[in-house]
Amino acid sequence: MLGVIAYFQTDAANYINLVLEHVTISILVLLISMVIAIPLGIICSRSEILQNISEHLFSFLRIIPSLAVLIICIPFIGTGWKPAVIALTLLAIPPILLNTIQAFRTLPEPILEAATAMGMGTTYKLFNVKLPLAFPLIYTGIRTATVEVIASATLAAYIGAGGLGSLIFTGLGLMRVDLLYIGGISVAILSLGTGFLMNVFYKYKTRYLQIK
Amino acid sequence: MTGGPLGKGENMNAVEFEHVKKQFPRMGYMALDDVNVQINEGEFVTILGSSGCGKTTFIKMINRLYKPDFGHIRLFGKDIQNSNPVLLRRKIGYVIQQVGLFPHMTVAENIATIPRILKWDKTKIENGIEEMLQLVSLDPKEFRDRYPAQLSGGQQQRVGLARALVANPPIMLLDEPFGAIDAINRENLQNEIKRIHAQSRKTYIFVTHDIREALKLGTKVIIMNKGHIIQYASPKEIINNPCDNFVIDLLKTLNIQNNYVIDGAGI
Repeated sequence: MLGVIAYFQTDAANYINLVLEHVTISILVLLISMVIAIPLGIICSRSEILQNISEHLFSFLRIIPSLAVLIICIPFIGTGWKPAVIALTLLAIPPILLNTIQAFRTLPEPILEAATAMGMGTTYKLFNVKLPLAFPLIYTGIRTATVEVIASATLAAYIGAGGLGSLIFTGLGLMRVDLLYIGGISVAILSLGTGFLMNVFYKYKTRYLQIK
Repeated sequence: MTGGPLGKGENMNAVEFEHVKKQFPRMGYMALDDVNVQINEGEFVTILGSSGCGKTTFIKMINRLYKPDFGHIRLFGKDIQNSNPVLLRRKIGYVIQQVGLFPHMTVAENIATIPRILKWDKTKIENGIEEMLQLVSLDPKEFRDRYPAQLSGGQQQRVGLARALVANPPIMLLDEPFGAIDAINRENLQNEIKRIHAQSRKTYIFVTHDIREALKLGTKVIIMNKGHIIQYASPKEIINNPCDNFVIDLLKTLNIQNNYVIDGAGI
């Protein structure tokens, strides 16, 4: 316990830096994943074949350990945050992609027909009807991905990408239990806290689903 | 309403079908088989027929949700094949049995859909919402900020009507709009749609499989069977001079049901 207090007295600035690194890398990964997975999911939902291919491919990618991807990346792009971002993006894409496909395949037909019949163009309908209706499922995928990415970003420190994982690896190397605690608990709080905040936002955005 | 896809010429029918044929893939028969019909402006035409007779196909061709294989459809004298379908639909009200309200939008936002597409200014939209809710007998204060999930089936369909009527379309298409609504509410809604039509004098085309509803609401009734129009006449004419056995059989089901409704409708 004393070690923990001492750490924050001397290394608070460093700690905040690590948290920021962790958060930055996670946000970057999630943004890249969404930009890839949501449009890809929408395209895949239109074709049975594309849907099957992407579902199998990404279900397979999902079972490869992130650490393995990290290390495989090193010969090609070296160490640092770049391979970490690639590995974590591969981890984050499947839940978002699969949920996007599912959401777009289950849009209620009468509502889409009403939208068309009211004179909505394709793009207008996508942004004002389809995406809002698909939001709950897509968002659930994003939330799953977020929690996974924050937790797994810890590993990124292993190849020099920084973040709270650095604390854990330092703690392991120096046999400093206090650092292990600080690192581990911080990651847990960050991950659970983000999940909680995302739930609150979800409830707010989908209040139309909850009222009766 | 001048110019655009529904700009009116003179002495034109609101809706005209000329030799319209339609067959869906993997179906052995024609959904519409050489349909010819002319509907005058201001008419309330009900289309009566059993499932699969082509009545839904008929109205979905008017707003180009379906495309004819053959023939021409003209609205106010203009062939709709030459018009932009998206722009055309903005001038045609459309109400369906499943209602199709947007669940993520409030009642007010649902009604504001077409006005927003048409880029009305805010005051005009607000007035439109208020006016439409009153027209369909829903208290604006109580209902405008509710979500569809907070409404009964009958209330949802009232909002569906309000949403379709707000831009004052010259043609309204209604596909069994009251089919899923309980008998008492259906009766009320029938009376209201009749009143709304009488006030507006727009052209209404209303699909139903309920003969009482067809005779009660229609100024003219189209009776369809197997992709053909069997008879197109006023309700009175149909009752007095049914043109063939199919119509006679339909009318028999009516006598078994109830006579007073027909009396009540003033036929």
